[in-house]
Amino acid sequence: MTQQREPKTPVTLDEHIVEIVSDSGEGAQKAGQTFGNLSAKMGNGVWTVEIIPAEIQPPARSPGGASGNRIRVGSTYMTNAGNEADLVVAFNEQVLYSRIASYAYKQGTVILLENKWKTDQSFEICQQYQSAVAEFREHGLVVIEVPMEVECLKIVSNARKGKNMFVVGMLCHIYRRDLQKAFDEVQLTFGHKGEKVVKPNQDLLKAGYAFAAEHIDLHYEIPSWKTPKERDAEQWVVMNGNQSLGLGIMASGMELVSMYPITPATSASHYLADVFVKTGGFVHQAEDEIAAIGFALGASYAGRTACTITSGPGIALKTEFIGLSVMGEIPLVLVDVQRGGPSTGLPTKVEQGDLLALMYGEPGDAPKIIIAPATIEECFHFVIMARKLAETFRGPVVMLTDANLATGVQPFRRPKLQPEWFAPPIDQSAWDSKIPPYDWDEQTGLSSRPLPGQPDGEYVLTGLAHTFESKVVYDRDSNQKGCEMRSKKLATLRNTLQAPTLNGADSGDLLVVGWGSTLGAIEEAVGKMQKQGHQVSSLHLRFLSPMEPDLKAIFARFKKVMTVEINYSDRLDMPFIENDNRRYAQLATLLRGQTLVDIDCWSNVYGQPMQPGMIYEQLLAKIEKIEEVV
Amino acid sequence: MFALKADWSQEIKKRYFTLDDYTGGEARWCPGCGDHAVLTVVQRICRDKQILPEKTVAVSGIGCSSRLPHYMGTYGFHGTHGRALTIACGIRSRRPDLDVWVATGDGDCFSIGAGHWIHAIRYNMNMVVLIFDNNVYGLTKKQMSPTSPLGFKNNTAPRGTILQPLNPLTVTLGITNVSFVAQTIDWNPAHLYATLQAAHNHRGTSFVRILQRCPVYSDEVFSDIQNDPSKILFLNHKNGIHIGDNVKRLFPTQREHDPSNMSEAYDIARNHVPVGLLYHAPQTPCYEDFSSVGRHMGIEDKMKGLNDALDQFAV
Ligand SMILES: Cc1ncc(C[n+]2csc(CCOP(=O)(O)OP(=O)(O)O)c2C)c(N)n1
Repeated sequence: MTQQREPKTPVTLDEHIVEIVSDSGEGAQKAGQTFGNLSAKMGNGVWTVEIIPAEIQPPARSPGGASGNRIRVGSTYMTNAGNEADLVVAFNEQVLYSRIASYAYKQGTVILLENKWKTDQSFEICQQYQSAVAEFREHGLVVIEVPMEVECLKIVSNARKGKNMFVVGMLCHIYRRDLQKAFDEVQLTFGHKGEKVVKPNQDLLKAGYAFAAEHIDLHYEIPSWKTPKERDAEQWVVMNGNQSLGLGIMASGMELVSMYPITPATSASHYLADVFVKTGGFVHQAEDEIAAIGFALGASYAGRTACTITSGPGIALKTEFIGLSVMGEIPLVLVDVQRGGPSTGLPTKVEQGDLLALMYGEPGDAPKIIIAPATIEECFHFVIMARKLAETFRGPVVMLTDANLATGVQPFRRPKLQPEWFAPPIDQSAWDSKIPPYDWDEQTGLSSRPLPGQPDGEYVLTGLAHTFESKVVYDRDSNQKGCEMRSKKLATLRNTLQAPTLNGADSGDLLVVGWGSTLGAIEEAVGKMQKQGHQVSSLHLRFLSPMEPDLKAIFARFKKVMTVEINYSDRLDMPFIENDNRRYAQLATLLRGQTLVDIDCWSNVYGQPMQPGMIYEQLLAKIEKIEEVV
Repeated sequence: MFALKADWSQEIKKRYFTLDDYTGGEARWCPGCGDHAVLTVVQRICRDKQILPEKTVAVSGIGCSSRLPHYMGTYGFHGTHGRALTIACGIRSRRPDLDVWVATGDGDCFSIGAGHWIHAIRYNMNMVVLIFDNNVYGLTKKQMSPTSPLGFKNNTAPRGTILQPLNPLTVTLGITNVSFVAQTIDWNPAHLYATLQAAHNHRGTSFVRILQRCPVYSDEVFSDIQNDPSKILFLNHKNGIHIGDNVKRLFPTQREHDPSNMSEAYDIARNHVPVGLLYHAPQTPCYEDFSSVGRHMGIEDKMKGLNDALDQFAV
């Protein structure tokens, strides 16, 4: 093909954020995954996240229709999706508008833009294209027009299928990816479709590479964060949080996931439906969320602790059964992949808005365990822990993840499977008839339960107030006792927990507290503050109910404590809002009540993963006030 | 498989269960309530078939009739209003070795639980579903139910209901995968026994609507057919419900009906008050045959399977 120029000396970078956006169905997501996996294999830290249009099939070239991927590639371990993109490949100019509106780009972001629209048969499209390019440039974006379609048509007859690999090829040259590894990746992705699919895709990739070598004057080097030897010695896996959750469910030995489809939870069930047979499991799609949890509770009651996965609106429907799970002390793993609420809310977007609903959502007192993994890797390990906690503490364990974890893709060390993770076979030996079904330990509230099939263990589980024998009663003391016993279990669990470790010094001016998927972004922002000499630390809670110990003592060592969360809170500069009527973010509300410390918060409901840059600005503003006072 | 003693199976044979073994606390229903009769028949069937009490689970929703599990000596699950079937299906999904009986009221099943009713019939999991249909809400004190007769005066419609009652038989017959539909009455123990026995013998969801008297809130709704049994259509067939001739004689109006004949079943359900087996399709597939696959898999095999799944994500 074309003759290659002398290779230029590349600019060495700590990291770059790349976006590939197109209309849906044009393969931008696949291109992003391929580029992300390839970069991970070359030893870079990678965080990939899907860009999903709100509609299933938005019309072509619609501003809201951006579909694709954001890939953050770095020379350290990447923990979040980062700030504004550095380089964007766009299949048309219109899809860029929604990204610009999401503050995804900045002055100087380079856009490699398909230029076929410039000469489109439709005059209107030509005009749209021209004016958009002018507008983008005016706002500081660096637009490089690329004849992607024309180049692809030299190789394939339909550029719609394959342009994405041309794009990967361009990126491979720009970021100096190993071409052979890229070919292997194509083989891996399309291998099952046979050589007649693999070959043209590899050819397109090669063409994209050559095209960039010839025409695109961008040369970057992002050093690997591990030596090749280290890379080969360790086994890594790369996946999104819902896949990690699915694999964790398999590793927990749970054999039943009972669910009703809801974004962004469903993809976990899609994944499991495909592979669950490998561990003897089954995905039941129930007729609604109430049936889904009822079905799970039936299986749990019968000795096979089950899992139900849902999102906000599904949680609302499950409320009554969650109460039964607490009251009847039935183990259950309930995963809430949070999305924007209330009501149907923002189905595809991230929010951490269900914490209080799950903490307090049931009528009466319904103490339960609530945990929140903070990374994709933790989605795997926490659900294994959740099954064990559910059985040991005999009740529901809620695991809160969110759309950010569900769709974010990150490499992590391949888990080394342990047989203890898996649930043992159902005990069918005779029950000691002297032991009642709720033989509550006075100290801990714990008891063990007979399972159907165990002779002499027969009892009737009920959601009515009951005695230790599960006999229905209405007297004052029995109800008081039952509530105490169920509540004690949380105190018992808390007794076994360790105090959280701090990121940074254990005293200082400002402590930032977070939970869930914001870990990476918060630590990145806090790290930047620390480098600049500010006395800022952060801590991230994994246990939300019961709360991890020593919080009050830790908080006392900081001048100011604040949470950073993705849920709603009033800002103090809003009309009529004062300290005593301000509605705080959800974790802040809990912590204030629990510790009586005047905890501040910064939160928003933009529906987006927290950007470290935004957090940094908030912390900077906060710390300046604190330092001023001093 | 399980941690059983080696001689366990022999021990089972030596065990003999009496009615006491199937009896829990003392039933607290009102005197004259039809629920007593149903409970007794269920216990007798368990005894007569020597079903292992520890392998039996009585599941219910909320309502007077849903108290039934508390009066059984077996395992039981007294759930939430309308959701008994979801729980029962979940139990069967991974424990097809358990014998499941469901007790549910007309409000529980046909109103708040209507969605689950339709889908449970479609799942066709092996269980007996007893619908205690007294045409009224008992526990909450006389509100109309979906099956209350037109004009029935009650606390939420003091001047009488304004809607035609729902016909649970035609609805159930219309659901895909329906495999067993019968109707019986609480005041004829022989027919009740024979019907529940046939239901228990059937593999699949046995839907049995029991016309059940509530002497307190809906005493009059069945007086018509009680006073004049000729208004009941007795279904007779060699594949139907078998009772002695002396009991049969109490039903002056009789008709031969082959329970494999769906269109005739529908016709009868629409136009009569039948007792007997309306429909039976013994070969209908059961959901647990799919949902329970893999339940004996050992941990070693699971680890192999999981490693296999992880390989897909290796980088
Ligand atoms: C979610 C919910 N709504 C309402 C109730 C109140 N409630 C209890 S039983 C019942 C109706 C009972 O009628 P039915 O199912 O016909 O049973 P019966 O008492 O007549 O046997 C109602 C409305 C409840 N327990 N839960």
